[in-house]
Amino acid sequence: MILNLVITGVGGQGNVLASQILGRAGVKKGLSVTIGETFGLSQRGGPVMSHVRFHDGRVVGPIIPPNMADIIMGLEPLETLRVLPELGRPDTLYLVNKRPIYPLNVIAGDVAYPPLEGIKEILQENSRKLLWVDGTTKSMELGGAIFLNTIMLGALVSLDNFPLTIEDIEEIFRVTFKGERLSQNLSALQIGRELVLEYDQES
Amino acid sequence: MEIYRRELDNSKVLLQGNEAIARGALEANVVFGAGYPGNPSSEIIETLAEAAKSLPIYVEWSTNEKVALEAATAASFSGLRSIVTMKQNGLNVASDFLTNLTLSGTKGGLVLVTCDDPSGISSTNEEDARWFSRLADVPLLEPSTPQEALHMVKDAFWLSEQIQNVVILRSISRLSHTRADVKLGTLPDFRVRPYFDPKVPFHTFPIVPKHQRRHEKLRKAKEWAEACPYNEYFGNTEKDFVIVSSGCAFLYAYEAVEDLGLWDQVGILKIGVSYPLPERLILDTLKSASKVLFLEDVDPFIEEGVMALLSAHANGVKPKEFFGRNSSHIPVAGETNPYLIRRFLSDYFGKDLAYGEFRNRIQKLLEGKVPPREFGFCPGCPHRGTYYAIKKALAWDHREGFVSGDIGCYTMGIWPTGFNMVKSVHAMGSGVGLSSGYGKLKELGFGQPVVTVCGDSTFFHAALPAIVNAKFNNSDMLLIVLDNSATAMTGFQPHPGTGKTAMGSITEPVSIEGICRSMGMEVEVIDPYEIEESAQLIYEFLQKSGPRLIVARRKCALVQGREGGFPFRMRVNEERCRGEECGCGRYCTRVFRCPGLVYENKKKKAMIDEVICVGCGICASICPMGAVERGER
Repeated sequence: MILNLVITGVGGQGNVLASQILGRAGVKKGLSVTIGETFGLSQRGGPVMSHVRFHDGRVVGPIIPPNMADIIMGLEPLETLRVLPELGRPDTLYLVNKRPIYPLNVIAGDVAYPPLEGIKEILQENSRKLLWVDGTTKSMELGGAIFLNTIMLGALVSLDNFPLTIEDIEEIFRVTFKGERLSQNLSALQIGRELVLEYDQES
Repeated sequence: MEIYRRELDNSKVLLQGNEAIARGALEANVVFGAGYPGNPSSEIIETLAEAAKSLPIYVEWSTNEKVALEAATAASFSGLRSIVTMKQNGLNVASDFLTNLTLSGTKGGLVLVTCDDPSGISSTNEEDARWFSRLADVPLLEPSTPQEALHMVKDAFWLSEQIQNVVILRSISRLSHTRADVKLGTLPDFRVRPYFDPKVPFHTFPIVPKHQRRHEKLRKAKEWAEACPYNEYFGNTEKDFVIVSSGCAFLYAYEAVEDLGLWDQVGILKIGVSYPLPERLILDTLKSASKVLFLEDVDPFIEEGVMALLSAHANGVKPKEFFGRNSSHIPVAGETNPYLIRRFLSDYFGKDLAYGEFRNRIQKLLEGKVPPREFGFCPGCPHRGTYYAIKKALAWDHREGFVSGDIGCYTMGIWPTGFNMVKSVHAMGSGVGLSSGYGKLKELGFGQPVVTVCGDSTFFHAALPAIVNAKFNNSDMLLIVLDNSATAMTGFQPHPGTGKTAMGSITEPVSIEGICRSMGMEVEVIDPYEIEESAQLIYEFLQKSGPRLIVARRKCALVQGREGGFPFRMRVNEERCRGEECGCGRYCTRVFRCPGLVYENKKKKAMIDEVICVGCGICASICPMGAVERGER
């Protein structure tokens, strides 16, 4: 058994923390986990990607081999599109937060951000399934952009056949956060779960 | 992860590579740790420092890597086990002591961990620090996984004491920043009795016999390498096509051979002790091979060692074809990765790369459609303000002035986020050394003003000797210390100016201004958020001569964000913002480039991105129409 998950986004979106939470929950559940995390300059607004690999104890590297991602969770649309050719394959599932974070070169007017509808279409046509959700709006409603990663985690573990459940994540949260931070993060998980449930009903 | 808790003994936990190295050191009864922060090594000392709050061990951030190695060596000379950590560039700094220390030898186990950064993901180079093991004649171990790193660290301490010399453990970014499930061992009681025996001195004399002894120690290490479990052959018994590999490249190779179904044609020799190489194992494995592929990061280190070994035994071995960095089958620069390896193997063995057509089709489809994401200072970053003020001052000055840069977040001054002000960057402190040179060129007819920038941690690390040099030789040098009160780039480690040590104890801060004033330098302090005043002071200082200092002081925006945030809720007054008609050419977004201030193409006006903006208020002084306003939070 092996499940290759890519989490991609922009520095500051809590990508690495999300991968750690998943990893700890996986180990607790008796799975073998290998996570390749990138940071460094990426803390400063650059692209950030984590490769999370749940497996049965075989020899695996920290980088998912070319075009072997089972799930790609995109915290930002452009960064999701960026990894499509190198990691995606026709049966990859995409879970994408549709709110862009504009690169500085786009802000400055040097280059254009690709049209959102176009990104959505390319992902949809070249995947098994696309869940195109508005995690950022939900996160801002809950109290700020920092809950986005937890909302997306809640959505991720609510996908069919995902090896972890929302309860597994809650268990890790209970030993990671306290007080208001804990209750907010627990709510964020549920919001993510609802995003997936509603999505399936709508489409 | 609180890896120092005894209740975790013998359990399985998720550990980062660097945490596994720290845990291995603790299990090996290490009681002294020292290092200087640098990606990707920083978490080792951070983890040990956290452990030091509940275990009887001592851990410090030293002012630089050479001092760290020296401090750790004091523990070794007194019979204690110590670990010292750094990134590849740091080993350059420490190397002067290292090449002498390895002549005198050590006593208590001393393991030097270097974390290299192939492809320079967060470095100014992708130097392969493994060569230092050959330069200093000491063993070099290369783990592939966090689990192996934990075991290897423990064996490294054992080996160091066996041969009474330093052992180098080499990690790379991919391993240091891999997390995986790791089975822990047990923590010792950390009981030690430090004692320096005056009858046994440590020095390098007489040099030739000591050098000879160093090689004898290496021979002893080689005997251990021959039988140790870190070097292992995987695969078929024919051994015709053999991949020789180390570190993470071994994992990529193993997975590739597995996925491409090549085990009947390809074997893999994993090398965990890269110096001295296990000769008998290598000769035995490769004697009948006709093809050898080398996969390692970054330089052909093992490749050249194995080739030299095979030439020395050319009589008994079959002639071979070699593939690797030397033969250009693997690119001479850059990190090894799964794609590279799979492409080579699938081409060579005539196999199809899975989803190769999909990849090509999508690549064509997306050509030119995915803009790169430019690196930039965070919203609220004081460096944006400082560089903007420097830009203004140099423009007023009109003499084609430029900035000599250094190592830290502010290195990004080479890019548009720092208005491309910085024109040279190399090593820690080197920007200041360069400037002490530019400051003397005036006497030879040089007419351009130079501003040199360095961070607060860099100031203590290696800028100090260069500043003293400027004072000593009365160089015309303007230094701006970008003091954001943290070693921000590497994760906010404390330094001598912060008033706190690695273990969290309070210490009297060393004052940057105090040091420079005591040398008789003229010193002023500016607030980077006050752009106009800052620019004027920089301009004034540009007109003066002799060595002089401006401290641009403002807390790192990420730290400020954690400590209560910023005062303002920014907004764009849409009546005042005249968009394209203004004549400013979208100045605020085109030039200032803060991720929190965007241009709304539909309205054709500037706009605050509420998700990104932190409310520092600095952009209010940028708009010529005063359209960017500071509101109450």
